[in-house]
Amino acid sequence: MDMSVNIAGVTWKNPVTVASGTFGSGAEYSEFVDLNKLGAVTTKGVALTPWQGNATPRVAEVYGGMLNAVGLQNPGIDLFCERDIPYLKKFDTKIIVNVCGHSVEEYAGVVERLSDEPADMLEINISCPNVKEGGIAFGQDPKAVEAVTKEMKRYAKQPVIMKLSPNVTDITEIARAAEAGGADALSLINTITGMKIDIHRRTFVLANKTGGMSGPAIHPVAVRMVYECAQTVGIPIIGMGGIMNAEDAIEMLLAGASAVSVGTANFTDPYVTEKIICGIRSYMEKYRISAVRELVGAAKN
Amino acid sequence: MKKTKGTAYVISQKQLAPQIYDLTLHAPEIAEAARAGQFVSVYTNSDSRLLPRPISLCGIDKENGSIRLVYRVTGEDTGTEEFSRLKEKDEIQVMGPLGNGFTVLPGKKAFLVGGGIGIPPMLQLAKDINAGCVSGLADQIPEIQIVAGYRDSGTFLLDEFQEQAKCFVATEDGSVGTKGTVLDAIRENGLDAEVIYACGPLPMLRALAAYADENGMECFVSMEERMACGIGACLACVCESKEKDSHTNVNNKRICKEGPVFDAKEVKL
Repeated sequence: MDMSVNIAGVTWKNPVTVASGTFGSGAEYSEFVDLNKLGAVTTKGVALTPWQGNATPRVAEVYGGMLNAVGLQNPGIDLFCERDIPYLKKFDTKIIVNVCGHSVEEYAGVVERLSDEPADMLEINISCPNVKEGGIAFGQDPKAVEAVTKEMKRYAKQPVIMKLSPNVTDITEIARAAEAGGADALSLINTITGMKIDIHRRTFVLANKTGGMSGPAIHPVAVRMVYECAQTVGIPIIGMGGIMNAEDAIEMLLAGASAVSVGTANFTDPYVTEKIICGIRSYMEKYRISAVRELVGAAKN
Repeated sequence: MKKTKGTAYVISQKQLAPQIYDLTLHAPEIAEAARAGQFVSVYTNSDSRLLPRPISLCGIDKENGSIRLVYRVTGEDTGTEEFSRLKEKDEIQVMGPLGNGFTVLPGKKAFLVGGGIGIPPMLQLAKDINAGCVSGLADQIPEIQIVAGYRDSGTFLLDEFQEQAKCFVATEDGSVGTKGTVLDAIRENGLDAEVIYACGPLPMLRALAAYADENGMECFVSMEERMACGIGACLACVCESKEKDSHTNVNNKRICKEGPVFDAKEVKL
């Protein structure tokens, strides 16, 4: 049985990675999961300098999901290269570094700094809803997406994955712009902007008022958007959004994703990524599918 | 200290006061590794509630492989209300032990201060100190006094605290003990100590830290914040630190990982 997938020239041993921000750089979850078993580890977003992030509370539970407004707290690229990349190099898995910034120059600075590092792929976060500058501001305008993508490709030595926001009218327009800018792959969806109000205190639950919604409640939206983008672009897609189990992951592959990221589910069950990989294997055995690639975009009327 | 997540079985559950429940779980791996001041993540059985509830350890029984959680039901149709309906032999998913726990200063006369639902973890701390089974304590077991602050006459665990040490109570409405805060109780009774170990609401911790500072005492506070992963990966539950933290590389510490117990001097309260 062939579980491997090829994403923009990089071969993963299986199609499962983790969603940026839910898994740190893997060290904490390695107490529960054998990182060698993952197709790739996608790190929490890293910027040129350390970021303090937002005030707390930064998370809130909502029905079938959660909101977060961490605000991309990160240790900065220097400590990240010194500590986190060498840590991940000890494992037989691909390393995807998620990159964030306040400006195109800052993104480019991180990408350039990573060019000599043993990262396998770069994921550019142009879709974080929780920071005032950069993030989603770039991700909602097709022209800006194309320009940022081009700029990343100028500096990047690794394949570039553009991470798209669902907080747009037509995500295929954005996907097309990223492809036109030279993106090697797409990942979607980032979180959907939401809000929660404590009716007893009459206050916003998150210090940031709004936060990004994730979890199983957004899964059907993610499946639809992955499907639409897969119909529109020729580059591979990493599908994410509320994947809780192998069934959700397989659904995402059938919609057209070449690989999947598991995010919020890690909080519900720290062992979930390994379980999902096993579950995909069992599904393939049951339906006599010899290569996981055969599932990609295989949904039909 | 190994963390595990798995199925725990309910040994017993009873209500101690309005909204306050006392749950004992069979969780031998967690009990074996746990120490006073640590917490566990308790998962609901509802698919719509994704995040675990962080609950402090009120009791650790290594011999019987059990842990005891005394928690408050936060409202109708909440995860904690679901927990309050658990009966003997029911199953629940629990991860732990999490966080650092208390470090006790050998021989230093101490206040153990709890406020509201911050009271329960102080019970295991009192037991461990009295039994001399806190690392580094050796034979220098310090004298301790308990100061507990409740909202009203709905007190809980007091009889058990009284078995451990002299107890002083403050209630907001004055129905039991001193009317006012834990600090009012300390002052009214003319108490003194060299170190404070505290868990409770932020205003209480802030007041205790200031009191400790004025009186040249050490002060260790157990903090809380809304959490997601519970193991230090997601950076949801941070508190501001005075110095740059070596892990985060910014002035934030992870309450679930570096905490929940901090030296009051290292965090901004």
